[in-house]
Amino acid sequence: MALKNSSKSQPIGVVGVGSFGTAIANMLAEKNEVMVYARKQEVVEEINTQHSASGKILNPKIRATFSPEELCNSCGVLFFMIPSAAFLEVTRTFGPFLHPYHLVIHGTKGLAVQLGEEEHLDSLKKLRRNQILTMSEVIVKETLAVRVGCLAGPNISTELSDGQPAATVIASKYNEVIQEGQRLLRSEKFQVYGNADIIGVELSGVLKNIIAIAAGAFAGLGLGENAKGLLISRGIVEMAHLSKALGGTASSVMGLAGIGDLVTTCNSPDSRNFTIGFRLAKGESLSQIMASMEEVAEGVNTIRIVDAFLKTAGIRAPITENLHRVLFEDLSIEEALQFLMKYPFSVDVDFV
Amino acid sequence: MEENYIKHQYAPILPEKDEWPVVKLARERKDFVKKVAQLAEMRILDLIGKNPEILKEELETTLYREKLRIKQNPWDVDPDDEGLFWGEVKSNLLQIHTEFSGSKAKKLEAYQAVLRKITARYSEEIASNFKASHYKFTRRVVTYGFSRLLNAARVKGFGSLFSNQYTLQDKIQITGQTAQLRELARKGTVVMVPTHFSNLDSILIGWIISVLGMPPFIYGAGLNLFNISIFAYFMNALGAYKVDRRKKNMMYLETLKTYSKEAIQFGCHSLFFPGGTRSRSGIIESKLKLGLLSTAIEAQRANFQNGNSDVSGKIFIVPVTINYHFVLEAPGLIQDYLSMTGQERYYKENDEFSTSYKISKFLFKFFTKGSDISVSIGRAMDVMGNYVDEEGKSLDKWGRVVDTQEYFMSNGKVTVDAQREEEYTQMLGKRIVEEFHKINRVFSSHLVAFVAFELIQSKNAKLDLFDLIRLPQEDLVLNYEEFKAACQRTLNQIFELKAHGKIDAAPHLNRSMDEIITHGLDNVGMYHAKRPLIKDKSGNLTTEDMSLLYFYHNRLHGYGLEKLF
Repeated sequence: MALKNSSKSQPIGVVGVGSFGTAIANMLAEKNEVMVYARKQEVVEEINTQHSASGKILNPKIRATFSPEELCNSCGVLFFMIPSAAFLEVTRTFGPFLHPYHLVIHGTKGLAVQLGEEEHLDSLKKLRRNQILTMSEVIVKETLAVRVGCLAGPNISTELSDGQPAATVIASKYNEVIQEGQRLLRSEKFQVYGNADIIGVELSGVLKNIIAIAAGAFAGLGLGENAKGLLISRGIVEMAHLSKALGGTASSVMGLAGIGDLVTTCNSPDSRNFTIGFRLAKGESLSQIMASMEEVAEGVNTIRIVDAFLKTAGIRAPITENLHRVLFEDLSIEEALQFLMKYPFSVDVDFV
Repeated sequence: MEENYIKHQYAPILPEKDEWPVVKLARERKDFVKKVAQLAEMRILDLIGKNPEILKEELETTLYREKLRIKQNPWDVDPDDEGLFWGEVKSNLLQIHTEFSGSKAKKLEAYQAVLRKITARYSEEIASNFKASHYKFTRRVVTYGFSRLLNAARVKGFGSLFSNQYTLQDKIQITGQTAQLRELARKGTVVMVPTHFSNLDSILIGWIISVLGMPPFIYGAGLNLFNISIFAYFMNALGAYKVDRRKKNMMYLETLKTYSKEAIQFGCHSLFFPGGTRSRSGIIESKLKLGLLSTAIEAQRANFQNGNSDVSGKIFIVPVTINYHFVLEAPGLIQDYLSMTGQERYYKENDEFSTSYKISKFLFKFFTKGSDISVSIGRAMDVMGNYVDEEGKSLDKWGRVVDTQEYFMSNGKVTVDAQREEEYTQMLGKRIVEEFHKINRVFSSHLVAFVAFELIQSKNAKLDLFDLIRLPQEDLVLNYEEFKAACQRTLNQIFELKAHGKIDAAPHLNRSMDEIITHGLDNVGMYHAKRPLIKDKSGNLTTEDMSLLYFYHNRLHGYGLEKLF
């Protein structure tokens, strides 16, 4: 058996050394041994010899490996901190080495789709719920791990690395996952909340990216704080309805992963989703913006999936639908805004 | 015959009945009952955090409910000293209240003594009265009696009473993973989970188990069945323990769970009807009662905890579907269902099995006129819903071996985590429902009932279910050719699903469509006074009882076949 030792001497595994992964690895390293996984050998060497990853400073106690097997055999708790575009691939790489005793907590905000061999998201106009997977559903489907959790909330990596106070939420159906996550991450400067509604929390983190694009667009149009307040409040209503339709609860949207993260993202001009909206409003097209961005902003993908889901769910989501038309159907951002201002929202709050 | 049904003699897997776990349990009954009572007591104390005030409240609630039950809903099987016992409990509680006003520890001790009395009583009441000699006798009576009846009815002429041409296995076909089941019953502990449509299921399954050469399984049978003396005898002989659905108090439920868990750990093969009760609507169970199921998971974890982690300590979940053309209680069941969902009528307990006479009448009809039943044994799973192989090893989706113990481990040790096990129970429940749908075997009667009801519904798209059921007979006529075409479409889709392993079909569905329809019409709900589906004089189809048609139609619910209409 790989796990003979108690958790004290067992390192905590972190998969992925992007900015968020590095920040979490450093926070974990304050109390525990940490082993990180990176795909490229030179990154592994950089971490082990210079204690940095692509220039980001790492706690010297952190060791790196490029062997998924070694990571899985050494660690009982794994944090998956990978961009959503690579999530499925990395999960499949780890699949053969993950056991039912592993606790896996992911920090990825994205959705995956399950398509037939000849289908492609570009050509598919409709999606049913069972064709859409949240990241925790990907893990359960692709590996033997069942005790899965997610980490979501307003957690801008640079602020975390600076040691500024912040909070996060760990969601899981399993109390033990929440408790273990809290034990490992909680510190004087980092508060960790628990939530049993993992789907709702994952969806909050995913759906808020749509609203973040809209917030960027509002800023690009030069709109003021009144408009931002309007957007955030309408955005929350839309997120709550979508979350319910996809199997989450509305109350999770009210928490850190929903409102908390939304407010932060709508106020951070550096975030990728915000930038896309901003540049759209300045008159660039999606393909122009994509050409100059290293990574795809998750919100674009989410808008596509959610728009296709709306066709089968029989509900309306005006912000998402209009952004979809702006991104993929040549609607101008001004027209979309006009449309939203005229849309008959008759009730302020109708989901609580 | 289109398919070779499994019809041969199975050698018993444990020839000596002294080796049967259920016999061992019966031998140690007294100790076992005592152990269950003690463990249940501990369990309840844990649940209430050893707080004397909460314990007092629970005791008072239990007392109140039991007194109410005795007064409002007494049954023949209830022991005579019930009133006396609960009266004593009442005076005990009063006495503690007045005498121990001070110390908490003393109070707890006193209340605990009352609790002990109650769990001891419940444990004794639940425990089965299995006797190996009765079992052997019953088994012989069932098999002999049935086959005599069968032969007398089918082979005409003098001496047919002594013919052995037909056996019970001609009427009841056993299909599916029988070899695996026998193998696993030898290696570990089996928990069988069948669908539940009729009160006959218990006896039927008992007989199947014995035909397959396996030692008797223990199972929880509704105490109401013990009201009927003929059933009570059978039940006891088949190793049934008693479940009293009137008692919903926490102390009873915890004692019951403890009994089930301990019996599984003892190595007794068990049987739960995971739907909890007969399916009222005729739909295959989709929401399971998880209480007893959770005891299988608990027992598995306890075995691992005790270091019993090889195959002998492993628990195998085996889903089973029972497929009927005809369900005796259907009229009552569907009435229950409609009045529960429709709310326009009051809910009334409707027990078709109220007399031994009615049952005997049904059995006689069943064996003389014939109505085939098939029992599909599904692939065995571990308690996490992974399939297992013949060796009892769990396999994941990719065919790799999984160590089930690892689901219960944290930091390298097997740990107890009630909340985790609750989630696991839900996962297992979902897997069982999935398997039910896969091994469900479509009969001609299910097909014709489904198609007829869907056609009528599509012609009256604006009506809801309750209006549909009240439609006058003249609006309920279906053109034969149209009906036949719809049957063909539906059957094609069923075969498509079957090719993907999502459903099973009886071999008689390979005949021509006219033959299938005739077969279906002859069989669907064949002994009901009002037939769910018949041909009228002009060769078109009509129904005499729309709610029964709905009941038999529901068997094919849950496969998306409605989309065809």
